[in-house]
Amino acid sequence: MSGGAALDAVPSIPRDDDGPVFSAPWEAQAFALAVELHAKGVFTWPEWAEALGAEIARARAAGDPDTGETYYHHWLAALERLVAEKGVTSKAELGDRKDAWDRAARATPHGEPIRLGRELET
Amino acid sequence: MAHDGHHDDGGSALDEMTLRVRALESLLVEKGYVDPPALDLLIETYEKKVGPRNGARVVARAWSDPDYKARLLADGTAAIAELGYSGRQGEHIKVVENTGQTHNMVVCTLCSCYPWPVLGLPPVWYKSAPYRSRAVADPRGVLAEFGVTLPPETAVRVWDSTAEMRYLVLPLRPAGTEGWDEDRLADLVTRDSMIGTGLALAPAEVEAGA
Repeated sequence: MSGGAALDAVPSIPRDDDGPVFSAPWEAQAFALAVELHAKGVFTWPEWAEALGAEIARARAAGDPDTGETYYHHWLAALERLVAEKGVTSKAELGDRKDAWDRAARATPHGEPIRLGRELET
Repeated sequence: MAHDGHHDDGGSALDEMTLRVRALESLLVEKGYVDPPALDLLIETYEKKVGPRNGARVVARAWSDPDYKARLLADGTAAIAELGYSGRQGEHIKVVENTGQTHNMVVCTLCSCYPWPVLGLPPVWYKSAPYRSRAVADPRGVLAEFGVTLPPETAVRVWDSTAEMRYLVLPLRPAGTEGWDEDRLADLVTRDSMIGTGLALAPAEVEAGA
């Protein structure tokens, strides 16, 4: 990648090495969920761009440095907000389900796949 | 698997963001909004199959075939679809050509709209606030940080992407590549050269790296 060395002197612009653009699997999952929901007609792409832009603006107003590293945090927050607005699910339902996953993970011995319902088996 | 616990309860723990994504995904699957195999395929596509190589094929074809180049500049979406690349968001892709007079550079000041079908997912810096604001206010300064210095007579034009319109830069064909076939040409086309924060590689740069 040309210009890479020159960019090292500019810590304010984070970058990758032409390589993976997701820094964690959940980011790729969140990305794919938005694309898939759009494909299913749950929202239009302009609606999505607006929701994401609004989420980023909200985060910046709340002090997020917006360096790009928290980008998928905003992506997921925008997605959660938009599916609730569309009546697909609700904030409460998402919260309950998240707690269920947390309990399932904690009930799963290390090295075994984590699946929902695991916490009810013991 | 004997994995003696650094988790005090002996179980596993998922981080906050993973829990949130799993919560959302499992609910969407149950409600029939997403299909897990389709989702996995999508992730694989975006992670591996789609990438800047698609854009490089488009550029190499335009450098080699004047008729294709004319179609590409007239209707980017259709000409890119000729090579089998098309987006899922229904966005239009406009191709902007670099010349001796004009250097083009792409940004999305609102969020990070990006021509995914040809470039894959955007790099981290493309999504950063400093790039988004400075690309417009001080494009030459940003280019200098990327190691790109343009002749003073070359104007810099910045294109701001939207949900409906994405941009792909057609970089200048490097000197010394007369008679090269498309495969060799495509190796000269970097992702950054198609965003406009870089130039296509010179033949010597590829040989040095090989």
